[in-house]
Amino acid sequence: MPAVSKGDGMRGLAVFISDIRNCKSKEAEVKRINKELANIRSKFKGDKALDGYSKKKYVCKLLFIFLLGHDIDFGHMEAVNLLSSNKYTEKQIGYLFISVLVNSNSDLIRLINNAIRNDLASRNPTFMNLALHCIANVGSREMAEAFVSDIPRILVAGETMDSVKQSAALCLLRLNRTSPDLVPMGEWTARVVHLLNDQHLGVVTAATSLITTLAQKSPEDFKTSVVLAVARLSRIVTSAAIDLQDYTYYFVAAPWLSVKLLRLLQCYPPPEDAALRSRLTECLETILNKVQEPPKSKKVQHSNAKNAVLFEAIALIIHHDSEPNLLVRACNQLGQFLQHRETNLRYLALESMCLLASSEFSHEAVKTHIETVINALKTERDVSVRQRAVDLLYAMCDRSNSKQIVAEMLSYLETADYSIREEIVLKVAILAEKYAVDYTWYVDTILNLIRIAGDYVSEEVWYRVIQIVINRDDVQGYAAKTVFEALQAPACHENLVKVGGYILGEFGNLIAGDPRSSPLVQFNLLHSKFHLCSVPTRALLLSAYIKFINLFPEVKGTIQDVLRSDSQLRNADVELQQRAVEYLRLSCIASTDILATVLEEMPPFPERESSILAKLKKKKGSSKLPDLDDVRRSVNGSTDHAENTEATETSVSNTVLAFSLYRTEPTGIITLPCDDDFRFVCKNNGVIYENQLLQIGLKSEYRQNLGRMYVFYGNKTSTQFLSFSSAVTSSDILKTHILQTVDPMIEGGAQVQQILNIECLSDFSDAPVLSIQFRYGGTLQNIAVKLPVMLNKFFQPTEMTSQDFFQRWKQLGAPRQEVQKIFKAQHQMDSDVAKAKLLGFGVALLDGVDPNPANFVGAGIVHSKTTQVGCLLRLEPNTQAQMYRLTLRTSKDSVSQRLCELLSDQF
Amino acid sequence: MLRFLLLFSRQGKLRLQKWFTPLSDREKKKVIRDMMMLVLPRLPRTCNFLHWKDLKIVYKRYASLYFCAGLEDQDNELLALEVLHRYVELLDKYFGNVCELDIIFNFEKAYFILDEFLMGGEILETSRFAVGVSMEEADTLQETMEEYMSKPAY
Repeated sequence: MPAVSKGDGMRGLAVFISDIRNCKSKEAEVKRINKELANIRSKFKGDKALDGYSKKKYVCKLLFIFLLGHDIDFGHMEAVNLLSSNKYTEKQIGYLFISVLVNSNSDLIRLINNAIRNDLASRNPTFMNLALHCIANVGSREMAEAFVSDIPRILVAGETMDSVKQSAALCLLRLNRTSPDLVPMGEWTARVVHLLNDQHLGVVTAATSLITTLAQKSPEDFKTSVVLAVARLSRIVTSAAIDLQDYTYYFVAAPWLSVKLLRLLQCYPPPEDAALRSRLTECLETILNKVQEPPKSKKVQHSNAKNAVLFEAIALIIHHDSEPNLLVRACNQLGQFLQHRETNLRYLALESMCLLASSEFSHEAVKTHIETVINALKTERDVSVRQRAVDLLYAMCDRSNSKQIVAEMLSYLETADYSIREEIVLKVAILAEKYAVDYTWYVDTILNLIRIAGDYVSEEVWYRVIQIVINRDDVQGYAAKTVFEALQAPACHENLVKVGGYILGEFGNLIAGDPRSSPLVQFNLLHSKFHLCSVPTRALLLSAYIKFINLFPEVKGTIQDVLRSDSQLRNADVELQQRAVEYLRLSCIASTDILATVLEEMPPFPERESSILAKLKKKKGSSKLPDLDDVRRSVNGSTDHAENTEATETSVSNTVLAFSLYRTEPTGIITLPCDDDFRFVCKNNGVIYENQLLQIGLKSEYRQNLGRMYVFYGNKTSTQFLSFSSAVTSSDILKTHILQTVDPMIEGGAQVQQILNIECLSDFSDAPVLSIQFRYGGTLQNIAVKLPVMLNKFFQPTEMTSQDFFQRWKQLGAPRQEVQKIFKAQHQMDSDVAKAKLLGFGVALLDGVDPNPANFVGAGIVHSKTTQVGCLLRLEPNTQAQMYRLTLRTSKDSVSQRLCELLSDQF
Repeated sequence: MLRFLLLFSRQGKLRLQKWFTPLSDREKKKVIRDMMMLVLPRLPRTCNFLHWKDLKIVYKRYASLYFCAGLEDQDNELLALEVLHRYVELLDKYFGNVCELDIIFNFEKAYFILDEFLMGGEILETSRFAVGVSMEEADTLQETMEEYMSKPAY
């Protein structure tokens, strides 16, 4: 048994620990432990009452056994008994046991809380501290409920000892983290802020931690802490004269407190008060200056503490992002650290520079270090440092250096550690897309990625390259040529076969003119890979083959032979077999026209956030990534994307949809009509949206500036929709809100109704958007529909005499009040239909006003909450020329304009 | 804020575990296993910081023991390194040139010292002097040697 220097511990415990250490095998250890457990159990159950010391010793043994990794199911009661002991060490062991092994047994919690309450009331600072520690260690909701009102009182009471104040502050902080709703804000907040002025630096440190956490949640309540924090920081940092005694750590003045204060200031924007701001700037400059001074000690603790303060100051400078001078100084300092001999400093410099790279003031300064960072990628021995270098290259990448950075990352990828390959692949894919000026570079980069690190190229990456190629017709020919060449390699990654199969199936015709890549050559090349691939890839290749039949009738026979072979038609895999059978039938019976329709080129993909970016964000947590929002804009594509190509023949619809599985992401389909639905200008009821799953119908009625809309959601399938929810987004001038929410589950075949209220405050042109989300099968469906609410819905028809009409017509003669449009008729020019449309538009038709009976004249008032706009219109058909002339006069030019747009599209 | 602090030996024996947020036993075991797998194979003189999930890991080896802390994203790595160092200094001061055996045989003391120094994952008292005083106070409250000797040993 080793000599124990202090603590005159428990000899029985030491003997036991010694025994355990001497056990030669796991079995022996278990045996020894079971013997001990039996002994302790018998002692606890025995008739003889145990004295405090024995109880303490046995509880401590149980704790030791638990910490070795064994289960403990008794002894809790004895530990609770120890809490009420008068002997400090017994109490201490009791609390330790409770903290480590707390059990949600409610009887015990009540007893524990009693003991804690007694100790908190004891006025003995050591006991109070033990109790506060126990609350902080356990931190359960029951404890929070029991003590959350006592602790602030202890914290701000004048007579509380400093050490208890410190514990109370951190205990409160802990409870605020676990049960923020229970911690009341109140009159004590102001007094807590004043603890920043306390004499005792330990109290200030603990209080700063508490205030920082509280200020993150309710910054307004703790705004006054900024002034005090700057003052305190300034006293520590700038005045060398103050002796901080034991709070100086290796010649650095109160590093913990300094860092906490700098952290607190990061909860707020730069101070607006000029004097305060310059005082803070002075502090930050002093911290930056101190790093250049010769060190006061050679110990690493000295430089660590000093640099800890420096890095926190840099974090504050970056957070404020307002002083170009400080930002550039920070960047230069970090630049020095990039070549420091301490690995830790190189690591942290790379990490902090990532943040600096996103500031407009320092982005250029960060870029000057590119060579050093690339060098770090090549020479650092430590993978975690290399990873930070990759992060920084990603953050500093822009149009000017993207080619260099992507090339360096690709070459690093060849030797990179397996643990970070996937992340690098994602980053390269994102940068290549974001900064692609010509997309041939993008295609080359992604194919290189697959070549170098195919196993780490996730589905998202190769889906994305296909999306981009399909959306950009300028790159399709190049992509086809490049994948064709890449597939020539004797061994190529399966991901390349997938991309190759898809792209040649769509765009193989673009390179078929060259005899070296004739249809047959293309097909043979793809088919040579077929047998080495997994089932999903083979399924994709089969779809590529049927597309070939459509693109190149000359290889039809060859491909039909392949489909007809036993290995396809009788394949054990159901999916492959079905595809082979259906494709073969399709190619035999369908006419060229039908084939061409069914197997038409894929339509462009709708724009959405890059799925790769989403994946990287998920991998990294959301905080660290610079916003790469404009990724979305870099791909050109059509704005409206209909449902997946619908098959004309039901027999193939399954497989065609299955084929589309390879290109849609699992997140579902988003449909957003970009134009107003002109069908609903003159009518109020009907179906506004329909796909294979869902039908949305509506009925609406309007009176003056108010409207009510009944929306019907019909489930067209036989399965339930789950988690169904709907929401409306509208502008401030057209208030739209949902009266009641719909039940989240819609049964198959069922229809549910929802009511919307609409209020028009002023004239508008943007319609509200109804977004619907639900789960069908495994996938989440998102649908967004513009609701047909147009300005003319708020029309009130006005009858008037011919005399009145012409008088008003003249009054509205100002040039901008009149809008006129001459347009070609889109439908047959039928007078009754036109009349019905005008009435549906909302105006009153005035007979006998216009001298020409073929012309239509109408009048009405558009109601909004703020104004009422009178409106006169005249529609003159010219049946010979199949033209109309529409003239609108209103008192407000924007209204004239809008009404003319709406109405002219109806004829 | 520290999320956890682990002390383990080069052989992968856990000597002390302190959790500052509630975790299930399964989660704890996973963290312990992951930390040992991450930290133990690292070469000497590599950097003391790592990323693990959404946490920053700061570790340092003292003799045969690894001190390993999990930090939240906005925490200061260098200062966390000094938290570990300060803890070692406090153990040193208490035990007098602390070694792994001291921590094995007096694990409860190692926990008590930690409690004087950290609370809820935040630094409670950075002054070595103040922490020392409260440990001394605690020891004077302990039984006298005589009292101890008169107790029967197991």
